[in-house]
Amino acid sequence: MKLILKNGHVYDPLNGINGEKMDICIENGKIVEDVSEAKVIDCSGKVVMPGGVEIHTHMAGGKVNVGRLMRPEDHLKNVMPKTKITRAVNGYSTPSTFLTGYLYAKLGYTTAFTAAMPPLMARHTHEELHDIPMLDKGALTLMGNNWFIMRFLKRGDVELAAAYVAWLLKAVKGYAIKVVNPGGGEAWGWGRDVRSLDDPVPHFDITPREIISGLAKVNEMLALPHSIHLHANNLGRVGNYVTTLETMEVPNGTKPSRDRQVVQLTHAQFHSYGGDSWKNFASEAESIAKAVNSNENVIIDIGQVVFGDTTTMTADGPMEYYLSSLTGLKWSNKNIELETSPGVTPFVYSKRSPVSAVQWAVGLELALHIKDAFKVLLTTDHPNGAPFFKYPTIIAWLMSRKYREETMKEVHSAAQKNTTLATIDREYDFYEIAIITRAGQAKSLGLQQTKGHLGVGADADVAVYDINPEEIDPSRDYKLIEEKFTRTSYTIKGGEIVVKDGEIVKVVQGKTLYIDARVDESLEREVMRDIDYYFKRFYSVNLANYPVQEVYLTNPTPVQIDATNVR
Amino acid sequence: MQRYTDVICSFCGTLCDDIEVVVEDNKIVDVKHACRIGTAKFLASNDYEHRLLKPMVRKNGKLVEVSLDEAIEEATRILKDATKPLLYGWSSTSCEAHSVGIELVEELGGVIDNTTSVCHGPSALAIHDAGYISCTLGEVKNRADLIIYWGANPMHGHPRHLSRYSIFPRGYFRERGQQDRELIVIDVRKTDTAKIANKFIKVNYGEDYELISALRKVVNGGELREESVAGVPKEEIIALAEKMKNAQFGVLFFGMGLTQSYGRHRNIDNAICLVRDLNAHTKFVIMAMRGHYNVAGFNEVLSWQAGFPFAVDMGRGYAWYNPGETTANDVLQRGECDAALIIASDPVSHFPRKSIEHLAKIPIVAIDIHPTPTTRLADVIIPSAIVGVEVEGTAYRMDGVPLRLRKVKEPPEGVLSDVEILRRILAKIRGEVQEAKVEVAR
Amino acid sequence: MEITLITGRTVAQGEAMEKGKIGEGFTKACAIIELDPEDMSKLGAYDGDEVRVKTESGEVVVVAKKSSSAPHPGVAFIPMGPWANVIIGADTESTGMPPYKGIKAEVTLAKGERILSAEELVAQIYTKNKE
Repeated sequence: MKLILKNGHVYDPLNGINGEKMDICIENGKIVEDVSEAKVIDCSGKVVMPGGVEIHTHMAGGKVNVGRLMRPEDHLKNVMPKTKITRAVNGYSTPSTFLTGYLYAKLGYTTAFTAAMPPLMARHTHEELHDIPMLDKGALTLMGNNWFIMRFLKRGDVELAAAYVAWLLKAVKGYAIKVVNPGGGEAWGWGRDVRSLDDPVPHFDITPREIISGLAKVNEMLALPHSIHLHANNLGRVGNYVTTLETMEVPNGTKPSRDRQVVQLTHAQFHSYGGDSWKNFASEAESIAKAVNSNENVIIDIGQVVFGDTTTMTADGPMEYYLSSLTGLKWSNKNIELETSPGVTPFVYSKRSPVSAVQWAVGLELALHIKDAFKVLLTTDHPNGAPFFKYPTIIAWLMSRKYREETMKEVHSAAQKNTTLATIDREYDFYEIAIITRAGQAKSLGLQQTKGHLGVGADADVAVYDINPEEIDPSRDYKLIEEKFTRTSYTIKGGEIVVKDGEIVKVVQGKTLYIDARVDESLEREVMRDIDYYFKRFYSVNLANYPVQEVYLTNPTPVQIDATNVR
Repeated sequence: MQRYTDVICSFCGTLCDDIEVVVEDNKIVDVKHACRIGTAKFLASNDYEHRLLKPMVRKNGKLVEVSLDEAIEEATRILKDATKPLLYGWSSTSCEAHSVGIELVEELGGVIDNTTSVCHGPSALAIHDAGYISCTLGEVKNRADLIIYWGANPMHGHPRHLSRYSIFPRGYFRERGQQDRELIVIDVRKTDTAKIANKFIKVNYGEDYELISALRKVVNGGELREESVAGVPKEEIIALAEKMKNAQFGVLFFGMGLTQSYGRHRNIDNAICLVRDLNAHTKFVIMAMRGHYNVAGFNEVLSWQAGFPFAVDMGRGYAWYNPGETTANDVLQRGECDAALIIASDPVSHFPRKSIEHLAKIPIVAIDIHPTPTTRLADVIIPSAIVGVEVEGTAYRMDGVPLRLRKVKEPPEGVLSDVEILRRILAKIRGEVQEAKVEVAR
Repeated sequence: MEITLITGRTVAQGEAMEKGKIGEGFTKACAIIELDPEDMSKLGAYDGDEVRVKTESGEVVVVAKKSSSAPHPGVAFIPMGPWANVIIGADTESTGMPPYKGIKAEVTLAKGERILSAEELVAQIYTKNKE
């Protein structure tokens, strides 16, 4: 399809374009220099951005489905009957897969990564990804409590660990190394947890520090596109900012193999808490932000809380149990052999709760105190902080001090007293919003050639919003900002118009990206001997039945990596 | 002659994936490692005499052989003409077939349900209220030192369960296998599984709920005032509770003894709460012993596509879920459905009489591998190929682990897979000229 | 004699089912009732005798078998299948699950009466203008 988007206000930070009026030309699914005889889309008076890139969302896989199973009440919300081109769907914090695709597309998103894929259940993740339309996709692959990783790293066999990671990513069609509560997931196999970076994991005797440091090394040895993606220990605990500050220092010795960070500390909001009891629960966002500002190896994504009812789901089994014991709400858990331990429990962030009020403020503080927008990516850790379709509200808060003040009036005074939010004047502009919702993600993921920008050669993934930057003052018109970011005038995916005036007009299937890394052959043989032995003795499935066949992926797109220098 | 290894058995929720099969001239001549039932299934694929081979349509009261096109045509007509068709079965076919089936029921505005409603439906209802505290079977193998089967008899229903996952295997932390573990069976009679247990506890029929409550009371530090509960002496209850609290990793497997008995979902709810109570003291999990090899897979697919695990009515154009109203037996007993598509299941053998009496009155399209009491009542019969033997496909084990079942031989001439049959019906219903235009799952 | 009836799977029933439900093997595996030995004595039945099992919903003739899971006086077991389902209740009590277990039944001697095959049972019970 040939398109020309004429005269829009373009925000393309990776190419330094800040609101300039320009045309975007599309042909054969790519942004091109010029195009003739193209369908014209008049974008005058509209904001044009690259398609949104979601870097961390729990949208597909075993625990997401456990969330759906245990919350039938959630599916009485957001009910959309079938149409000629869309399926019958429902769900608020645990939406149907089709709905996930439709809603992201309406927001103007065109790429998304599911946050925590357990290798043994990867086939399930891919089956659900297959049923999420409209998006290019990938899966961050859980490794932080993996028996192979822990054993190899404990022995100092970093090369073998790298060979294992290469094998695993290819076998289960994963995109990146995800680390969740390193060590804690394995301790949860006995109902235990780890409390500090130097707590040895029962039996395996390796520490969280060693796991993080080891995997960071492995990641850079293989030169993977993304850095390690780390959900630190002690998520959600009072005073956990200390752990977080320490954690950020762990990979300091490792140099990035690409132009990006060495570690992305995910949903940092949940890791920026001070105080020493729930009674004096306070924000330490400023300390965390300060550390991020001065450490070039670290970036974060926010994990913003929005008030309301949602479902928490992570691979942090002990944390989910702890949370459910605080609320008394229903709790699900699934320990996965040799790999990880997800948990799921509903949660309500209430405006009247001093804790929720502080949590809400922390996320915004982080975004506003961190100077470089490329270092603070927008997420809600969907659905943990809030469903992803709350992004427009968060964007509006970031762009408008007034909106933050208005909201602060409605919430418990702890937000005012125990955080610095009320003191912050800063307001994001469209350029920065474009960074934290697409450019920054693309760069962090190592996808900046084709995603997150509108230069020639990029995938033709574009979002057009009905916002005239010459007329709207986001600071004052925050309600309008919130409304207009909720549905695009146009979402273009791979050069096809899929959303028009907020409605789905065409359903398309995206690509599924995964890493195909080759290591030295003799190293590969050595690691296969180990893998073979462990499958025979300790897994409950045969090795031959473990890898996920390509047939499950829509438009499988391997990212080839030559890591044969790793020996 | 071809030897296949790592073959996955398509009988029960144990989903053994270490089967070896030898095929010669498109016949399975040897099966290794499978249990009696699994072996029977593999070998039965050769027995064309007892399989459905040709599509049939009932004309003037008699079933006659027809072309596949005619059968599809008639099936489509029956389903399209119906106001509220019931699409039931599903548990013995692949997730790929489930996906097409869900698209089909959406198109038709009918009711879709699987064998969960007569099996672990109550467990789903309990999970809605209490959550599900579980693990994968490899965790049981590697860590569990206390195994309890309550209202489940794996020696009969899941013959290799104990040897592959729970009692006999040598696990990473249980190197001596059976000697490092204790097996307790709780049931109304001393089943074959109970006979090999370290301890058998006989519970009065219909009083499992009380026994669970008594255990919870003791686990939570309370005192039992009764001398016995559910026919179990107080000392035994206290001893069991202590044992559970002091296990390093305990597993409670449960089956139809709890879901089908008095109390149904409340039994499961209480059992999940017991396990939750135990988690304050030690590591404990619970797991439903899923029956058919892909009953769990259907729940997964329907959940991620439509938001609910079974019993969904699409009549309003969106998913409506209300077990007791939208479950197959209730829909049938109220006489609400006016046509049925029965696939990979035999409700005439397994549903109560009252449900079958209505089913017998309405037009039935049956898709199956061999003749059953259900196909005997059908108006259209379409033979299908066996998933895991003649067709590849995805299935979910009882613990949620998904595997891709293999193809080791060709189906009988002219016999299609469930996926293909359903796609053709869907295409016809949409009035599409070419079947290939159907928005395909896989 | 009054008993509480439960129905469920046996390995023989599963195996017979996989071999094809229309056949002698299936009948042998499913058209049986496993009774506690003491109950059998009270009833006057021997292993292999035909008995009639009657409930609120209907009645069926099956073969009595001495239970190997005894003692369980007052409780009897019929494998899942067409014979069991003729006599179990239907009311799911709003759960979707019919009462497969815990049905009150009366067992009486029916020596010499024919055990119907699955086909015959279906044809007899579910009349329809079908073959």
